[in-house]
Amino acid sequence: MSFYGVELSSRLLLGTARYLSPAILAEAIKASGAEVVTVSLRRESGGERAGQSFWSLVRALGVRVLPNTAGCHSVKEAVTTAHMARELFDTTWIKLEVIGDADTLQPDVFGLVEAARILSEDGFEVFPYTTEDLVVADRLVEAGCRVLMPWGAPIGSARGLNNVYGLKSLRAHFPDIPLVVDAGLGVPSHAAAAMELGYDAVLLNTAVAEAGDPVAMARAFALAVEAGRTAYLAQPLEPRDMAAPSTPTIGKAALGD
Amino acid sequence: MRIFLNDDAHDVEPGTLAGALEALGYGGRKIATAVNGRFVAAPARPVTPLSDGDRVEVVAPMQGG
Repeated sequence: MSFYGVELSSRLLLGTARYLSPAILAEAIKASGAEVVTVSLRRESGGERAGQSFWSLVRALGVRVLPNTAGCHSVKEAVTTAHMARELFDTTWIKLEVIGDADTLQPDVFGLVEAARILSEDGFEVFPYTTEDLVVADRLVEAGCRVLMPWGAPIGSARGLNNVYGLKSLRAHFPDIPLVVDAGLGVPSHAAAAMELGYDAVLLNTAVAEAGDPVAMARAFALAVEAGRTAYLAQPLEPRDMAAPSTPTIGKAALGD
Repeated sequence: MRIFLNDDAHDVEPGTLAGALEALGYGGRKIATAVNGRFVAAPARPVTPLSDGDRVEVVAPMQGG
């Protein structure tokens, strides 16, 4: 699997927020096997050092970072934040979020497409956090996106895949674009389900960070992603309405009256 | 002159963004900056003059999802 020409072996991308401690975060990243972690940027006063120590921790883990524009509600905010992130993290990758609704954190897909076009033209490699809407996805690809990240469910909701049909349609419509289910996953079976649909990867944060044992949960998600991917490649059965006996009936002993 | 850095008022000597950042304890730090909503790249800070009332944003790496 590759994103913008970068080959990756792990299909699990992990967020770095909401962990109880930096040590647990580091252990969870290791247990997940993730090679890409999401990061963000926030105001820091002259006396603070939190950002600097967080950056040292991430660098020591040797993972690639995918900065986000979390919390941005306008194109201008998102574009300016992306520029700050590119300089701060020294990467052209950007997880582009333009939020349209405060309750569901649903993407503002109109602003998203506009910001994606501006940033792509400026040399960014955009990972848009979007919905499963096919037409929006088409517009994002036209705008220059070479990865799409539809939501499974609202961020942090742990609801899993809200619209399996929509996600399947997206997969069928874009066989050659890397697709990542981003957000809304709660348990490893949700991640496995996304991978069984043929998604290239999943991105999650809260489900690991706020688990009772984040390190064990990170490992569980890694196993689920691997299981789901292996199952997809093994070509699962299509569901059917009626039973189909698994034991052959030919040669069955005639023991009835 | 008075500038607003991350919404907090600071009285600084007239000069550049780089000078104000140094005076306010950001010297040598891994940060990114904007002035009045416009991104200012690190190499441009020493040649970006600040005016009274300017709004400066200073951000640093942070955990994210």
